[in-house]
Amino acid sequence: MKKVFLYSYILWMIIFIVIPIILVGYFAFTQSENGVVFFTLENFRRVFEFVYIKVLLRSINLALICTLICFLIGYPVAYIMADKNFHFSSTLLFLFLVPMWMNMLLRTYAWLTILEKNGIINSCLALLGFSKINLLYTNQTIVLGMVYNFLPFMILPIHTSLKKINYSAIEAAQDLGADSFTTFRKIIFPLSLPAVCSGITMVFMPAVTTFIVPNLLGGGKFMLIGNLIEQQFLRIADWHFGCAVSLILMAVIFFAAIIFSFVDTDDEGGNLF
Amino acid sequence: MKAIKKIYLALVFLFLYAPIAVLIFFSFNASRTRGHWGGFTLRWYRELFNDPEILRALYNTLSVALFSSFISVLIGTVAAICIFNLRSVVKNIVLHITKIPLANPDIVTGVSLMILYVFVFHFFKFGNFGYWTLLLSHIAFNVPYVIFSVLPRLQHLNSNIFEAALDLGASPSYALRKIILPEIMPAVLTGFLLAFTLSIDDFVVSFFTSGSGVNNLSILIYSMARRGINPKINALSSLMFLCVIVLLYLVNKRDIVFSKLENNQGDNENEI
Amino acid sequence: MKFRFLILLAVFILIGCSKNNDEKILNVYNYGDYVDEKILKMFTNETGIKINYDTFATSEDAYTKIKNGGTNYDVVIISDYMIERMIKENLLEPLDFSLIENYQFIHSRFKNLSFDPENKFSVSYMWGSVGILYNKTMVDNVHSWKILWDEKYKNQIFMYDSQRDSIGVALKKLGYSLNTRDIKELYEAKNELVKQKKIVQAYVGDAVKDKMIGNEGTLAISYSGDALFCQSENSDLDYVIPIEGSNLWFDCAVILKTSCHKSFANLFINFLCQPQIALMNTQYIGYSTVNSEALKKLPDEIKNNKIYWPSDEEFSRCEIFHDLGEFIRQYDIIWTEILAED
Repeated sequence: MKKVFLYSYILWMIIFIVIPIILVGYFAFTQSENGVVFFTLENFRRVFEFVYIKVLLRSINLALICTLICFLIGYPVAYIMADKNFHFSSTLLFLFLVPMWMNMLLRTYAWLTILEKNGIINSCLALLGFSKINLLYTNQTIVLGMVYNFLPFMILPIHTSLKKINYSAIEAAQDLGADSFTTFRKIIFPLSLPAVCSGITMVFMPAVTTFIVPNLLGGGKFMLIGNLIEQQFLRIADWHFGCAVSLILMAVIFFAAIIFSFVDTDDEGGNLF
Repeated sequence: MKAIKKIYLALVFLFLYAPIAVLIFFSFNASRTRGHWGGFTLRWYRELFNDPEILRALYNTLSVALFSSFISVLIGTVAAICIFNLRSVVKNIVLHITKIPLANPDIVTGVSLMILYVFVFHFFKFGNFGYWTLLLSHIAFNVPYVIFSVLPRLQHLNSNIFEAALDLGASPSYALRKIILPEIMPAVLTGFLLAFTLSIDDFVVSFFTSGSGVNNLSILIYSMARRGINPKINALSSLMFLCVIVLLYLVNKRDIVFSKLENNQGDNENEI
Repeated sequence: MKFRFLILLAVFILIGCSKNNDEKILNVYNYGDYVDEKILKMFTNETGIKINYDTFATSEDAYTKIKNGGTNYDVVIISDYMIERMIKENLLEPLDFSLIENYQFIHSRFKNLSFDPENKFSVSYMWGSVGILYNKTMVDNVHSWKILWDEKYKNQIFMYDSQRDSIGVALKKLGYSLNTRDIKELYEAKNELVKQKKIVQAYVGDAVKDKMIGNEGTLAISYSGDALFCQSENSDLDYVIPIEGSNLWFDCAVILKTSCHKSFANLFINFLCQPQIALMNTQYIGYSTVNSEALKKLPDEIKNNKIYWPSDEEFSRCEIFHDLGEFIRQYDIIWTEILAED
C-alpha cells in the first residue's frame, strides 16, 4: 500500500520535474531552421559572449548585495522577535506574510509614487527646504525593490530556528560567565547558521532571476539575466537561446546552493518556515 | 534598549507597508493617474463590483490558490511520509530532484511546464490550455514547498511513538492518522499557508500555463500595463488587504480566548 | 469525511470549468483595457452570442500563446507587423466580407495597408503614430528626434522599453528606414542609443503617461493616443511627429484559422465597424478611430486635434513596421548590448 503512494509520487515527480527539465535541455542543445531541428552547441557559445557575461555578472552582483542587506536587516528583526519576553511575535510574523498576499506588481509599482521626482520623499525634502534628489532608476533602486520583495524569506527561517534554540544552552553559557555578546557569538549565532544559509539561498534565488523589479524600478535601463530570458521567450520567441540561458542560470543557482549546503548541517536544508 | 528594538521593528514595518499604504490611499483618488491627486472618491470601489472581468479573475485567483494548496498539501504530506521512510540512497536522489523546482527561476518553471503541456496535447491529440492546466501547474510548483515544510517536522518526531502505537495494537494506518498526523499538523498547516501565498502571488507560471478565457489577477494586471493600471485594481487590493487583516485579527482573538481558557482551567485544577 | 467532501467539490469545479456545450459563444483576445466593455454586452444582447473576453499585454505575448496552440480564440485584435507574420505562417482565416457590410465605413486611409495588401485577413480597429510628447513649460520648439540627444535635458527623457520602437527612433534620426535589414545601419543606431543612454531617465512602457502628467520628465516617446490622454490630464503637454518621420501603427481585428465560430467572428467584426459602436469605442479608449462615419460624429475639439487626426502630410511622412522574420534577432542582440552598458 505504502509502495503505491511512493511510486505515484515518483511518477508525479518525473512528469512535473524531470521531463520539463529534459525538454528545456532539448531546446538548449538544438536549433531549428525551416522546421528542421538539429543538434548544436551554438546557443551555449552565445551565452559566453561578452555582453551576456556582463549581464550575468551584474545580476549576481546585485543579488549578492540584496542578500547581504536582507541579512543585515533581517537577522536583528528575527532576533528581537524570538525573544521570550516578546509578546506579539506570532502576529508580527504573520504581518511579514501579509504583503505577499497583495500583488507583487502592484506593490513594486507603488514604490514609484514614493521615490519619484515629485514623489512623497522628495516632496517631504522640499518642504524641509532640501533640494530634490534622484532616487529612481538606479542600481540602488533595483536593490531596494529586491530587498523589499524578498526580506520575509530571510526573516522567517531565522526566526523559526532562533525560537527553537534551547534556552538552557544560553543560561549555561551565562552561568559560565559569558557576557551577552560572547553568548551570541559562541552559542546563538552558530546554532542559527543553518537557517541563515537557507535564508540566504531563498533570497538569492529569486533576486538573481527577477525581471519585474529591474523593469519597474530600474527603469528598464539595466538588463539582468531574468530580463534576458523573458525577452527570449516573450519578445522574440527564440526558445533555443532562452532555454540555454535558463540552463546556465540554473547552473549558477545550483552552484550557489551547493556552496551554502556545506555550511548547512541540517540534513534536509529546506527548513523554510 | 527595549525602545531601540521597538523603533527598529517599527522602521522595518514602515518599509514593508509604506507602498501598501500608498496603494490604499490612491484607491480613493478621483483621477485615473497615479501620483496625481484629483480628490476623494469611492467610484472605483463601486465600479469594481460591476466589472465581470476583474471579478472573474479574482474568482480564478482564489479558487486556484485554494484548490492547489489543498491538493498539494495532500500530495506533499503523503510524499513526505513516504520519502521519510526511504533508505538513504534513493531518498537522497528523490530529495534532490524534489529540490530542483525550489531553485528554478519562475520563468523556467513556467516555460518548461508550458512545453510539457504542448507536448502532451500533441502526443495525445487531446486537451487545451485552460483552468485545469493553470491549477495543475500551481500544484506542481507547490508540492515541493509542502514536502520541505513537512519533512523537518517528521525528522524531529520521536520514531518510538509510532512503534509504541503499533505495539499497543494499532494498525499502521490508524497509528498514522492518530499519532503521526496530529504531530506534523502544524507543519502541514504552514505548508498550506505557504502554498496558498505562493499561488496568490504567482504571475510568471500562471501566465505561461493558463488558457483562453482563464485570467487570474496577476495576468489581468500585467495585461493592463499597456494602457495603465486601472484604479479599480487598487480598490480590489485594498479590499483584499482589509480581509487579510480582519482574518488575522479574528485568528489572534481566538488564540487569546483559548489561552485564557487554558489559564482558567489551570487555575481551577490548582484550587482542587 | 470533510476531506472527501472537499475532493468532491474540487472535482465538481474542475468539471464545471471544462464543460463543452454548444452555446453560442465567441472567444475574443485583445490588448488590456482596449475596448469599451459595454460594447461586448450590447453585442450579446443583440445577437445572443456570449463573449469570452481575454486580454494580453503585448502582441508578442499573444503570438506566443496562439502559436503554441491549445487556445481557442476566434477574434484577435493585434498589431500590424504581427498580422504580417501570422499571414506568412498561415495562422489567419480570410474574412467573409459578405458578413462585414459595415466595412464600407472604414476610412480609405486604412484599407489595403502594406501588411495585408489585398485586405483579405484584417479590418482596422484603432491607429496612431509614434512621436515626442513634451512639456511646453520646460521645452519649446520640438520638431526633430535630435532633441532627445540634447545634454540639456539630462535625466528628463523617457524612451520606450520596446526594442523596435526605441531602435526605430535612432534609425529615423539617422535618416534610415524603420525596417532596415542593413547591419551597418543598425550598429550606427546602436551607437546613437548608447550615447543617449547617459541622459535618459528610464526606458518605460505605460508608466510614461503617469510620469509626464506628473511633470516627472520633459520629453518622452509616446503613442499618439496616449499623448491625447496625457494632454487631457495636463494641458502643458503637447505632441509632435518629428520631421524625420516616424512610425505609424494599426491594430486590426483578425480571425484565427483554428476558430470554431467563424461566422460569429465575422459578425462581431462587423459589429465593431458600426459607426455608433466605433464612436463609443474611440471615445472610451481615446485612440484614433478608423471609421469615417464615427469621425464625423466626434466633437470638433477632438477631430480637429492634430494628435487625434494628423494631416495627410504628416501621415505620409511615416512608415509602418514590417515583420523582420529571423532578422529580429539582430535587433534583440543590439538592444541587449545597449542595456548591458553601464
